[in-house]
Amino acid sequence: MTGSLLTVRDVSKSFGPIKALGPVDLDLMPGERLGIIGPNGSGKTTLINCISGFYRPDSGSIVFKGEDITAWPAYKRARIGLSRSFQIPRPFLGMSVFENLLVPMDYCSESENEKEEIERAGQVLESVGLAARRNDPAEMLSQLELRKLELARALAARPKVLIADEAMAGLSEAEIDDVLALLFTLNETGVAVVMIEHIMHAVMRFSQRVICLETGTIIAEGNPDEIVASPQVQKVYFGEQTRR
Amino acid sequence: MTMARFTMLALLVFVAGLFLPKLVSNPYYFYAGYVVLQYVVIATGWNILGGYAGYTNFGASAFFGAGAYTAAFLFKALGVSIFVQILGACAVGMLLGLATGYLTLRIQGVYFAIATVALVIVLETLVHNTEYLGGASGMTHLAPPPPAWFGGTTQYVFCIMLGLAVAAVVLARWLEVSWVGRGFRAIRASEPAAEACGVPTLKLKLLACALSGGVMAAAGAPYPTYTFYLDPVSAFSLLIGLNALAMPLIGGTRTWLGPVIGAVLLASVQQLATVTISSEFNILAVGLVLIAFVVAAPEGLLGIRFRRRAA
Amino acid sequence: MVVLDLVLNALATGVMLGSIYALLALGLAITFGILHIPNVAHPALVIAGAYAVVTSNRFGLDPILAGVLWAVPFYLLGILFYEFYSRSFESRGGGNTLQSLTLFFGASLIVEVGLVVAYGTDFRSVNVDYVGSSLRLGMVAIPYRFLIPALMAPVAVFLLWLYLSRTNIGLAIRAVAHDERAVSVSGINPATIKRHAFGIATALAAIAGAALVITGPIDPFAGRIHIGRVFAIVVLAGMGTIPGTLAAGIIIGIAESLVMSFMSPSWAPGVAFAILLATLALKPTGLFGAAR
Repeated sequence: MTGSLLTVRDVSKSFGPIKALGPVDLDLMPGERLGIIGPNGSGKTTLINCISGFYRPDSGSIVFKGEDITAWPAYKRARIGLSRSFQIPRPFLGMSVFENLLVPMDYCSESENEKEEIERAGQVLESVGLAARRNDPAEMLSQLELRKLELARALAARPKVLIADEAMAGLSEAEIDDVLALLFTLNETGVAVVMIEHIMHAVMRFSQRVICLETGTIIAEGNPDEIVASPQVQKVYFGEQTRR
Repeated sequence: MTMARFTMLALLVFVAGLFLPKLVSNPYYFYAGYVVLQYVVIATGWNILGGYAGYTNFGASAFFGAGAYTAAFLFKALGVSIFVQILGACAVGMLLGLATGYLTLRIQGVYFAIATVALVIVLETLVHNTEYLGGASGMTHLAPPPPAWFGGTTQYVFCIMLGLAVAAVVLARWLEVSWVGRGFRAIRASEPAAEACGVPTLKLKLLACALSGGVMAAAGAPYPTYTFYLDPVSAFSLLIGLNALAMPLIGGTRTWLGPVIGAVLLASVQQLATVTISSEFNILAVGLVLIAFVVAAPEGLLGIRFRRRAA
Repeated sequence: MVVLDLVLNALATGVMLGSIYALLALGLAITFGILHIPNVAHPALVIAGAYAVVTSNRFGLDPILAGVLWAVPFYLLGILFYEFYSRSFESRGGGNTLQSLTLFFGASLIVEVGLVVAYGTDFRSVNVDYVGSSLRLGMVAIPYRFLIPALMAPVAVFLLWLYLSRTNIGLAIRAVAHDERAVSVSGINPATIKRHAFGIATALAAIAGAALVITGPIDPFAGRIHIGRVFAIVVLAGMGTIPGTLAAGIIIGIAESLVMSFMSPSWAPGVAFAILLATLALKPTGLFGAAR
């Protein structure tokens, strides 16, 4: 597809005898809001790990901004604007919240001097609502704050794409709204957001397009209404929450 | 405090130290002080990889011994000055660190640790079988007389070791506050997260290996001059590797100050103890202290303060 | 003809040595291969076992029998050791690798120094009738002090394999390595299982110590040269396999023996280490390991 920011073609990944993913095709347009749903074990995280460089796919290609990044190490992908957050937050313990943000700034931005960096870090912290926790050690953050830190770190790298891997798992309704608002604001600045989630109402509210995975392959694709009405998706999600 | 100011202070300490031979007449202080300073360098070097980046090196004695033998070899073969010996030792240490890291770090940190144990044995065996380096019986190292200012070889190497200690501490501090050090700490905290933030984890780990190896080898370079003699058992001594681990652990692994505190404390105690107790009890005591700290205070003495502040 | 003689003897020695190495590594195959606990103190425990056998040998007790008898107190020692290890890190929600490794390293030093204090640094050995004579098979001479311990290994491997695959507890040990939560949901306490496994591994150390001291004299630091070997064997075999340990041990034994005969004996410690690195570089899952 021309003009697509991220193109995944024919990607598959096996772990020994278990085929976790594939083959999968995916296109992401600049500034798009894409949701990825699917039951546990359907290959969502495997797909994300292949795209972000933590797994090497057994076959297929991944093209980002016109470049073939299939064999690129993860850090290189982060540097050209492909950011991801982790399902279970992985803060840099032993460093303050502020220092946590400095890391992606040091390693992802090309031409900022120290003063600009510090200022921008402050801005990112403001935008996620962590400004007050700036100098606190990462060990002291609550679950919600840790998730915000995950997102803040990904934002500090000035991404073109942010892949949010279950960023809202385990949060309360108010907290979910909080994070969603954040992601919406981010998307308004032109960043494409890929949301992997189990929380249906959040995905359906947020996404322009939704993909449903099951045992490693895409079984449905469309806008949120189409997906909710799809008989394949309903079969796969028997019992899962589908409010709103 | 900015790096510039820190470096100035450090240089002042060094220059002040140069006057010590004129002020203190008993060479014993320099003899014992040399060992303490040597451990400051070793512990600081160890901490670059072990404390900052989080990769345990059980084989500090391999690097120390490699440095000592490189220095002795360069002197025997080419007659170079002690400064060239130190540079040569440093280079060898960096290469050794790089090689060990390259071979094992792409897999898991556990294998790096095991490799460092094996490295000690491999190097010690190598020296045993090399007649030119004296083999098992060792080699003599008759360094030329030092400049008159110092009054004796012991005072001379003491000042050289002081210089190395100052340099190592400045390097450690720079790493600590710079983007490089932040990258190390990110790697220690969570490698995947570091990668996701654009940190080239493998390259940085190799850098840490090289720097750590280079510093520890540099600590060994003046050793043959200090003892006038070099043999594999003492050069690759178990106690060196053990202390390299224990001192940063006791003092605190987060900053440059921890290894210094740990080294001064532990080395001083050991100097006093060797006069009174046997060396086996020395090792036993350090082993026990090590376990105690790992279990009760893994962040070391400085870490206890840090924890109290954060609580 | 001389070369053939040399090669055959080197091979024979290699198979014997390798078999003994496999026995040394068997306990580690459980703690590191199955439970993924990097117990670098294992070789030191083997030496402790060897010294225990030496002591009982002074009262006339046959070393192999002694090894089996000493396995019982060593089992208890292993349990205590595991309890200390898991409690130390439990309060902090699991230690990191540096801390575990340091703990085991410190423990191995304490064991070694303890042995120095108890026995001094002189070499000790056992007195058994068959030590000193060899079995002659054509060109090949196999000393009994290698043959007998070497035969212990396949027996131990077979019994252990049987235990782990046929008994309920054995299966629980395998299960806990794969999925701890599933085990606890089935009503079994994972900590108890792991503790038991650690105990078995330490008991095996005693038996391995008996085998080792039959082959030759030992000193308190004899464990150090074996650290590289035992980890190399576990990695080469592949994590989780028990029979594979025997094969891997023999491969390393033969490699070392050939190097000793045709190059120089001093390079032997490096052989295992080189094989470890090659395995990690080329086939990290080992020869028989499960992809995890």
